[in-house]
Amino acid sequence: MANSDNNRRKFMATTLQSVGLTALGGLLWSGYCDEAKASPLVLRPPGALPEEQFLDVCIKCGLCAEACANRESNKNRDGTQREGTLKMAKGGDHKLIGTPYFIPRDVPCYMCDDIPCVPVCPSEALDMKSLLNEKEELDINKAQMGLAVVHKESCVAFWGLQCDACYRACPLLDEAITLEYQKNERTGKHAFLLPVVHSDVCTGCGLCEKACITEKPAIFVLPREHSMGKAGDHYVKGWDTKDQQRAGERKLDEIETHNERSQQAPSDYLNREIEY
Amino acid sequence: MKNLKYLLLRRVTQIGLMFLYFAANAYGWHILEGTFGSSKLFGLIPLADPYTTLQVLSAGFLLGADVLVGALLITLFYMIVGGRAFCSWVCPINMVTDLANWLRRKLKLDKEEVNYRFLKRRTRYWIMVLGLIVSAVVGIAAFEAISPITIMQRGIIFGFGAGVSIIVAIFLFDLFGVRNGWCGHLCPLGAAYSLIGQKSLIRVKHDHEACTNCMECKIVCPENQVLHMINKESISVTDGECTNCGRCIDVCNDDALGFSIRKLNKDS
Repeated sequence: MANSDNNRRKFMATTLQSVGLTALGGLLWSGYCDEAKASPLVLRPPGALPEEQFLDVCIKCGLCAEACANRESNKNRDGTQREGTLKMAKGGDHKLIGTPYFIPRDVPCYMCDDIPCVPVCPSEALDMKSLLNEKEELDINKAQMGLAVVHKESCVAFWGLQCDACYRACPLLDEAITLEYQKNERTGKHAFLLPVVHSDVCTGCGLCEKACITEKPAIFVLPREHSMGKAGDHYVKGWDTKDQQRAGERKLDEIETHNERSQQAPSDYLNREIEY
Repeated sequence: MKNLKYLLLRRVTQIGLMFLYFAANAYGWHILEGTFGSSKLFGLIPLADPYTTLQVLSAGFLLGADVLVGALLITLFYMIVGGRAFCSWVCPINMVTDLANWLRRKLKLDKEEVNYRFLKRRTRYWIMVLGLIVSAVVGIAAFEAISPITIMQRGIIFGFGAGVSIIVAIFLFDLFGVRNGWCGHLCPLGAAYSLIGQKSLIRVKHDHEACTNCMECKIVCPENQVLHMINKESISVTDGECTNCGRCIDVCNDDALGFSIRKLNKDS
């Protein structure tokens, strides 16, 4: 009896130990993974799923990076291979390890017509469907890898110097970046040629960032969720019939704000001091 | 004079496969592209790692058909040749841990080994299950985020960076920490392949009559619990944890060990 009691106690203790150590490992592991996936300013290949989803579905095989580096158009004149756009995150890159990304200032995306990096993706983390145009053909212009942003203070065009490097480098010339002409009041006789990025056209390829002449680029690509704001659905453009229609179609409970104050009658809270 | 037949064959296979993966990126060869997570054989046949695939699925996302078919093909392949043949014939970390283990023997560190009581060989199965749970909780493939196997493989293909530190860490752990610590106790990928290869056909068979009980096989075996039959019974090694590395066959001077095809009806 005493022996089996002893055995049972030992069994309980080792089981408890195993469970406890597993829980410890799980906490550490989860903590690391959660930190590792929080690397927001990363540019992904064309057609990538939304970042949160991409980080899981990407199986980290590197087929996209291999297809990118080995494409026909990526050769020097002497036939040697150039560095590809896509890199695979390694230790020390501070991105989720093994995922593909690119840094436009080093090597931008050259927006190949056949998009070699996307069809090879076995896990569909690079989603071909998102890059199909109306004719069901692959269309790199549909890519939304990021959005270029101009820093006015360091862009020499805003100083009045003539520079249209980004405008000329853009593969969607005069569509993704247009030049806005303004009078230079300082000299009184010159024009500003100001680059303006259009978010509905810009693919985030980064050729502008690569071409930018300033020491640190004054135009640079950020992931769209970081370079775009959002006005909110309750703003309606009164001069835009389409937007008016959108507002008209919405259901009342979608646009009503529900919070503590909305439960009271206006006559109750309007005459009271505001409590923060 | 020790025989090196299977050791050399394994190194040729390991380095050969790594070179093919490397050449896919460096020279654009279409023989074996990608990494273990997912590969393409001859630019046509998809291959994928079953455990990696499970992690992605348990994080709650659907995968492309290529990965699912690839994982199935790999599972079937290793169900036949022995799951952990991946560990000893393919995985590049094996070369690191084998080196650590060899040095350990040369430096006679095993005699000084501290008994890490909490580190059992079955720990890897806990880690394997834990990996799926962490994947589900955090929403990314958890082991893939830290896997030294693919870190080393991608290092060979695309360049190491700071990733080399985890490989050094494993080397030090296996050399000065626990004997066969990584491959034999912790690696969840090895655990998954152990389960896949439970019923595999290619097995090491022991001939009790020829054995002189020198125990060379047990010294060299990275999973020597599977050799429990040495000088006791003439049966096959049926444990899924055997990596089919063939080192025991190499070091045996009595012809008491050899590869054979498992008889399905008899020993299962």
